[in-house]
Amino acid sequence: MKSTSRLGAWVAIAIGTIYFLLPLIATFEFSLKMNRDGYSFEAYKVVLSDPGFQATFGYSTLMAVLTIIVGILLVVPTAYWIQLKLPRLRPLVEFITLLPLVIPAIVIVFGYLKLYNSSAWLPLTGNDRATDFLLMCSYVTLALPYLYRSIDAGLRAIDVRTLTEAAESLGASWPSILLQVIFPNVKSAILSGAFLTFAVVIGEFTMASLLGRPAFGPYLQLIGANRAYEPSALAIIAFLVTWASMGLIQVFARNARPARKTA
Amino acid sequence: MAYLTINNLHKRFDDHVVVHDFNMSIEQGEFVTFLGPSGCGKTTVLRMIAGFETPTSGHIRVGGEDITHQSPQKRGIGMVFQSYALFPNMNVTQNIGFGLKMRKCDGAEIARKVAEVIKLVELSGKENHYPHELSGGQRQRVALARALVVEPRILLLDEPLSALDARIRKNLREQIRDIQRRLGLTTIFVTHDQEEALTMSDRIFVMNQGRVEQEGRAEMVYTEPATEFVARFMGNYNLLGAAETQRLLGLNINGHMAIRPESIHVLDAHSQQADTLAGTIRQHQLLGNIIRYQIESAGVTLQVDRLNRTASDLMPAGTEVRLQISRDDMREVR
Repeated sequence: MKSTSRLGAWVAIAIGTIYFLLPLIATFEFSLKMNRDGYSFEAYKVVLSDPGFQATFGYSTLMAVLTIIVGILLVVPTAYWIQLKLPRLRPLVEFITLLPLVIPAIVIVFGYLKLYNSSAWLPLTGNDRATDFLLMCSYVTLALPYLYRSIDAGLRAIDVRTLTEAAESLGASWPSILLQVIFPNVKSAILSGAFLTFAVVIGEFTMASLLGRPAFGPYLQLIGANRAYEPSALAIIAFLVTWASMGLIQVFARNARPARKTA
Repeated sequence: MAYLTINNLHKRFDDHVVVHDFNMSIEQGEFVTFLGPSGCGKTTVLRMIAGFETPTSGHIRVGGEDITHQSPQKRGIGMVFQSYALFPNMNVTQNIGFGLKMRKCDGAEIARKVAEVIKLVELSGKENHYPHELSGGQRQRVALARALVVEPRILLLDEPLSALDARIRKNLREQIRDIQRRLGLTTIFVTHDQEEALTMSDRIFVMNQGRVEQEGRAEMVYTEPATEFVARFMGNYNLLGAAETQRLLGLNINGHMAIRPESIHVLDAHSQQADTLAGTIRQHQLLGNIIRYQIESAGVTLQVDRLNRTASDLMPAGTEVRLQISRDDMREVR
């Protein structure tokens, strides 16, 4: 009986793995076929030397970094304050941070265009820098579910109230408490949220495309529509970036010190 | 003039009154304990003194200065928490030096003071250890050192020993009391443990349901309980109601009669001494150095403690005895 259920589990895992890996292997295999003579990394060479790739990947990386910085500055103090002073508001804040998962990105971006178009009271689509700012803000919104959940879990793992009171009784100001006591103790949670945000922003298409910004997502779509082998190489590159981010989350989560509540 | 005075302190959370008309005054260098069961308001009073809770009404003054609405940062009051509250990202030296760093002391001064206090709490050799690398007793000594190094006006200890095992607890309480005496530090200690309160304190405030039931020197609170609650909380007092007191002792009282188990003398059944009561041993418990008997007399079951000197001291259940209770050892309580 036990061996039958174990066999069933292995079969399920094997089917799942094949379902997941087969398209990936096929894409990778296809990306190596650009050169008619045999397998080569020609498609990768072409993609990586394309100024469009460099510009869009650089732009999206910069956007991701800015999104992470602004997101952390927004979410860490908010989650900290909710935990310390306003725990009753936690369900409401959790609901708000989940909204970007429920409301499609296209709805959010049309809302932005309606609110911040060039004839609105705050015209954020009038020039490139303002639109970059708007795109970064929309990425912060998109990243909220990942950042808030990750940081809130990190804060729950430490005794925020007692640590804050201990620091207060020792004469620490609020900025000192946040920077020297709270931030270092939720560092791994912040980094987990940051890598998730990076992975989300790098491949994001809808917002960047509708706001007309030169991000990596629209570039992927453009190449996919006009070339044969390069889109496969790009898909593999994007996949590797995402997996590298996930791997780094695991590394930092593993290095986090356990049982902090009793420290 | 008293160093710390608290007048008419009230604290209400929504409709629930946690601290009711709390008054106290402490002299400089005194070691005072708030003793009471969970939820009696002792920690809330401590937190109001530290500045972590705002009183609903009342005043707290230190050295004549009203600190009722001052932020915790400005009060100069040190606190040691039950859960240690050490900063996990800092080692022992950094934890202890944190308060001095916040006060913008220079590096050399911080290093000197931290070294002094590490020696005081006997943590030499642990300077570079992180909290998770220390035992519970060592963590609490780091917490104590961290509070002491900033030379607080008052030291608050919120059940600092309750998370530790019995042996470490005993050692650490002796160490805390010794350091407090040496530094002449005004200290308020919160506990629900009577033994801790009796062994450490100059004065004890016994608290119940947000009020002070009794206040006094440690030995007085134990031997002269003012209320039924204090008698019950402080030890294994025999508490007799009015009818039981009348039946057993022939005395008319309104409240309760409190008699300490060790003040009742057990005599031989044939004793000819005057003013004794006939009794029968119902059961006994061996508690190491004492034997605790349940003795029935005139339909009242009394708890009686006797020293366990030799094995032949033990009297089996059913033994007839006579009991002698001095009037001086009886205390009428509210």
